[in-house]
Amino acid sequence: MSARTATRGRRRLHSAVRHSVLIVAAVIIVVPMIWIIAAGFRTQISLLMGRVWFTPILANFQEVLFSATSDFLTNYRNSLVVGISSTALCLVVATLAAWSLHRMRWPRWVVHVFLGWALVFQMIPPIALAGAWFAMARGVGLSSTLVSLVLAHTVLNLPMALWLMGVYVRDVPIELEEAANLDGASTPVLLWRIVVPLVAPGLAAAGVLCFVFSWNEFAVALNLTVKATATVPVAIAKFAQDYEIDYTQMAATAALSILPALLLLLFAQRYIVKGLTQGAVK
Amino acid sequence: MAMSTAGRPVAAVASPAMPRARHRPMRRRGGFGDDRPWRWAFFSPALLLMLALGLLPLVNLLTTSFYDVTWTRAAAVWHGVALAHYAALPADPLFRAGLVNNVVFALAAVGGEMLLGFFLALLCSRIVRGTALYRTIFLLPILTPGIVIGAIWKLMLNYDFGLVNQMVGLLGLAPQDWLGSPRTALVAVIAVDIWHWTPFCFLLLLAGIESLPQDVYEAVHIDGAGFWQELRYVTLPLLAPAIMVTAAFRVMVAFKVFDEVYLLTGGGPGTATEVLSYTIYQRFFTENRVGYGAAMSVAVIFLVSMLLVLSIAARRKAAAEP
Repeated sequence: MSARTATRGRRRLHSAVRHSVLIVAAVIIVVPMIWIIAAGFRTQISLLMGRVWFTPILANFQEVLFSATSDFLTNYRNSLVVGISSTALCLVVATLAAWSLHRMRWPRWVVHVFLGWALVFQMIPPIALAGAWFAMARGVGLSSTLVSLVLAHTVLNLPMALWLMGVYVRDVPIELEEAANLDGASTPVLLWRIVVPLVAPGLAAAGVLCFVFSWNEFAVALNLTVKATATVPVAIAKFAQDYEIDYTQMAATAALSILPALLLLLFAQRYIVKGLTQGAVK
Repeated sequence: MAMSTAGRPVAAVASPAMPRARHRPMRRRGGFGDDRPWRWAFFSPALLLMLALGLLPLVNLLTTSFYDVTWTRAAAVWHGVALAHYAALPADPLFRAGLVNNVVFALAAVGGEMLLGFFLALLCSRIVRGTALYRTIFLLPILTPGIVIGAIWKLMLNYDFGLVNQMVGLLGLAPQDWLGSPRTALVAVIAVDIWHWTPFCFLLLLAGIESLPQDVYEAVHIDGAGFWQELRYVTLPLLAPAIMVTAAFRVMVAFKVFDEVYLLTGGGPGTATEVLSYTIYQRFFTENRVGYGAAMSVAVIFLVSMLLVLSIAARRKAAAEP
């Protein structure tokens, strides 16, 4: 009887210790985030004085969003356009290629060489490619347009999308495809009516990740854009480059820039986790 | 038509006199090999993209690396230098600092992230309630743009008003210029990276732990194994593939580090936080030394591919051994 209560007590203690360590970790993660969002609601003076309590103001957000000298809404639109277009393009290209490579009869070496090349490509620092992309974009008259950035982000995310879609495409039961084939479905119909619905969770996972990576991407966007085509990360970095950094406005832009991530966290968390963990579990 | 299946026993068995049906199902792995046009149609967009925007830039870099490119009245003047750029690389203090810092950064940051991430994942797998909430919170940094992470920590580590120095002050210690002093700058950038990416390792390792077979644990419990024995002989060996994948992925991304360095330190003070991506960026875009920047890029790409080949060879060897 007393031994049993002792075990239960120890178990409770263990659980409490585990939770407290995890809570400390969570606090370390959340506090800097909240601190920068809070800095967006402060005056520069209040931030510089290091006061803990302050009266929130909206001036920084108003300035960033609506001031005539601020391009932030344009930057936001650019980021959305690039993120959505490159994600859509990447998903279409990757799904077609993954199905073709894994389910149609290619010589083995074609599959290996192509996927191997995609893996090597994934390891190349994007900044090393940015110089060449810049020169190529200028060569075809696309320099400093959003088109060049959309293409760059598409190809940067392609290896990841190819690999993820490959995992899902291989999970489609071959019997289903054979049955549809016997029923006389042509190849595109088969892909569209059978494969695409079955790999929809994969499309969601890959799509969310493509969008997030494109939204976050900085090194290439910095060098392929000009003032009118700059994306959100480029705009935030500009603040830090100024001689006198406007910390509170930088904080406000940073807070606004994580809004899409927060929305995805609320509504698409399942797919984010699936996409990220696919590699470790399989 | 017969070409696609030539050499396969299935094809040899089929009667040569009868024209083969279009919708003949596959017997073994793979699907619809006879449908050549579609096979190519579906593959070619990816192939084209990877050739035009993946391979062509490398060819472009390789060619450029043998030249000095200068600009006179909006026209490029190409001046051949043969291998001079490559010859200059080993003695370049920035390139050397970048290489050393990249290795230090990747090892220290990924090492720290893996240890912390594994520890937290282990804890999280052993609690009954709240896993989902912790997971949600830990996902936040993963989804945040690197440049915002940089902005956050530029504020947090600020000498005058940063929260870190305020905390340090509460402990009665002198404030530090974390990002401005050559002694602490690289450590600070590594610490920021650990803050940024530990949750990623946590997430992947937690998924790995959760997918481990439970009956093995029950068996060792009956055998009376303690916590350490269980960790040493069950969890770690079973989790090895997930640990490898996570670490490999992190090293790959850590080697490309750019955003945080760009915003936090700009490679400074001196060359304290110079990393390869940042060095390449400066040669290419701030100094406009396109030829030299290209040579540097080619060298880095070469190193990276060597790393990949070595790691694959090591894995083959490990797999071959009993």
